[in-house]
Amino acid sequence: MTDIFLIMFAAILTENFIFSRFYGICPFLGVSDKPSTALGMGMAVTFVMTLSSAATYAVYYLLLEPLGLEYLKTIAFILVIASLVQFIEMFLKKYIPTLYSSLGIYLPLITTNCAVLGAALVNIQEQNSFVESVAFGFASALGFTMAIVVFAGVRAKMQFSDPPKAFRGFPILLIAASLAAMAFSGFSGMKFS
Amino acid sequence: MKNSIGKQFKEGIITNNPTFVQLLGMCPTLATTTSVINALGMGAAVIVVLTFSNLFISLVRNIIPKQIRIASYIVIISGFVTAVELLIKAFFPAIDAALGLFIPLIVVNCIILARAEAFASKNKPIPSIIDGIATGIGFTFALTCIAFVRELLGTGKIFAAADGTGGITILGDWYPAASIFLLPTGAFLTLGFIIALVQKISSVAEERKKRAEEPILAEGIEETEITEIIEEAEVKEGEAQND
Repeated sequence: MTDIFLIMFAAILTENFIFSRFYGICPFLGVSDKPSTALGMGMAVTFVMTLSSAATYAVYYLLLEPLGLEYLKTIAFILVIASLVQFIEMFLKKYIPTLYSSLGIYLPLITTNCAVLGAALVNIQEQNSFVESVAFGFASALGFTMAIVVFAGVRAKMQFSDPPKAFRGFPILLIAASLAAMAFSGFSGMKFS
Repeated sequence: MKNSIGKQFKEGIITNNPTFVQLLGMCPTLATTTSVINALGMGAAVIVVLTFSNLFISLVRNIIPKQIRIASYIVIISGFVTAVELLIKAFFPAIDAALGLFIPLIVVNCIILARAEAFASKNKPIPSIIDGIATGIGFTFALTCIAFVRELLGTGKIFAAADGTGGITILGDWYPAASIFLLPTGAFLTLGFIIALVQKISSVAEERKKRAEEPILAEGIEETEITEIIEEAEVKEGEAQND
């Protein structure tokens, strides 16, 4: 039980997907400046990442490993994630239309979000068990959501600031991200094992 | 033909650089630029994958139904990524250890999918190969620039091997290595400053172009006067920059 807690804690803070591992930077820099939109995106990612961690675990240990096809894991995982996203989209559209209307537009983007494939590959590399894999996927997505929601707020404030002309847009955003990354690197001193 | 090749290279490397101008593929850009060798390794992997995926997508562009084209592109790309991953594991284990999961993650690198969708799916195989090489070199160039700054400021050395040994010492013992440039903080900071520099250069170049065009429209001005006006403008600009 403590193991699971430690994995989740590390995934959210010390090994945050955005500020320490650099997975999912594209949506992080591309997402809008409205915290509510960022939260919608984050929730969609959390939903998909938790399910895809379970699905890729099953595919790897029940299908690829017995057949000796471990080297095909990248192809297999990206197919699993793409079809899972498609399936979730159809399921939500049919059975939970309210959730679909709030998450629907973010779902197609998630296939090419490297955080999802990254989490699946990290799980295999670290040889996590099934429960650990799901916990890691869920917690990493929470850390991702936290980062994009906080940053949407920073971007909203940034519209009122007046940086030098050359720094407008992405550069000032990256510098703000570097300050946030510095804060997160403070957590890396914490050792649990 | 020769002209269009040159244009494609110029576009891929400078005017439409995937990293600095289009701002695509940021994850490997930030993660693998801790040393120049790592950046070159990552860049080489992307050049190979991009060239072959562009070639194949261009070859099958008329066979794939429109509705499932993105899914087919991803499968083609991930096939090449797996091949490159196995080759790097076999021949360059140190680079594989340093780059880690970012080699399989080339699959979801937006640059490759963007070139497949925007170029290879609409053009013949040979221009697609050239586009793949040009864009790949542009990506490698960008990565190398960032890695150069980070490695130089972070360790004082340059071209250290993937396992951290060797390298040419440029900043001597007097330089206290600012290891923060090797941390995520330094990655964001360096990229931010480099993109700001690129934006500055492109805005200055645009203004200069505008100023050079304007006097020509006015009648009765001799060419020597035009150059004088441009020189004057440049002097003013220099003064403005000094401020």
